[in-house]
Amino acid sequence: MIAAAVLAALAMGCVLAAKRLTAAKWTHRAPHIGILLWQAIGVAWGLATIGALLAFALEPYGKGVFYGMAAMVTAPEYGGVESPHDVARLTALVLGLALLAVLIAVPIVAAVQTLRARRRHRDLLALIAREDPSVPGVRVVDFPAAAAYCVPGLKSQVVISDGTLSLLSPGELDAVLAHEAAHVRERHDLVLLPFGALRRALPWSGLVRDAQASVELLVEMAADDRARQRCCPKRLASALLRFGTAAVPVPQGALGASAAESVMARVERLLRPQSALPPAQRFLLLAASVALAASAPALWFLPG
Amino acid sequence: MNILWAAETPLTAREVGRRIEDRELAPTTVMTVLDRLVRKGFLNRTRDGRAWRYQPAASRDAYVAELMLEALDLTGDRHAALTHFARSVSGAEAEVLRKALMELEKR
Repeated sequence: MIAAAVLAALAMGCVLAAKRLTAAKWTHRAPHIGILLWQAIGVAWGLATIGALLAFALEPYGKGVFYGMAAMVTAPEYGGVESPHDVARLTALVLGLALLAVLIAVPIVAAVQTLRARRRHRDLLALIAREDPSVPGVRVVDFPAAAAYCVPGLKSQVVISDGTLSLLSPGELDAVLAHEAAHVRERHDLVLLPFGALRRALPWSGLVRDAQASVELLVEMAADDRARQRCCPKRLASALLRFGTAAVPVPQGALGASAAESVMARVERLLRPQSALPPAQRFLLLAASVALAASAPALWFLPG
Repeated sequence: MNILWAAETPLTAREVGRRIEDRELAPTTVMTVLDRLVRKGFLNRTRDGRAWRYQPAASRDAYVAELMLEALDLTGDRHAALTHFARSVSGAEAEVLRKALMELEKR
């Protein structure tokens, strides 16, 4: 019973930690560590929740989750004893395995859909986009509204609309391109993929929605930090504000209410940079993330 | 593709080849490219005697719109998972940003 209880406590702890983290502001001072912590919480929550259900279901084997599952497959008869599976344990078993299947299948499905959508996007770009001599290596689409994004992949492409070209000054454009280049280099799309998939698996969960929004904001801040090293932060900030105010005919309700808030948060930290977290704190958070991510799988081996 | 968009009527591969400025292109190259575009669903083709006639499946503007809807994150589902620079906001929220921009420019 201990393993099930500890795993359940860990899962609850992850939920509480996630709640705290969505409101935390210190992550803005160390976005990379914030992202890592989010990933650790995600992994630990998933494995702990599944583990708690399975540990309860497989407790009669007395071998822990991992070896218990092996025992269930090879010797479902408890070594000759009649199966003591009562309804509660059977329910836990089914729930645990179902959650495991969902958490494996949903990201795979999401990845396949994403790859397909990106391929179509890239095909369309090949037909429509042009090169512009003022921005070498960047695809330009003739469209009046401001848009700048990258299509991630093995050969990532940075795309801007020609509305962006007329909206921004050359300095601001450089800042935007440095920001997008950071997304490409650090493969931020891979960071976002599992959180997007979790969002689709649990669409009713407000916490998952907030978590996804936090990670998205942290990813943008991480890219801002990289861009800041290469160009003037003020240019990046004014580019951000110009983008935010470029009137696009947007259908009501299509955008999150926090869009302006997150733009302002990014502008604030570009103009008034706070000191980075002290090394001791960074190390502590790093160690905590690793320990958290490792704890759940380790508990799968805890017998009893 | 631009040639087919500019043309009002469906064209055969030979006609497309004739309109391409780069005369060095072999007719088979044109055929291959057109075939690939058909397979990807960007062109429709109809039999005309012994040749195929090619026609764009949708207008250029429709494709631009599709790209930009996805780019601006307005499709609702975010399958392509693009990483954007920033989103634009409207109404009262934009006012806040506009004020901040003016302050920034004054400095």
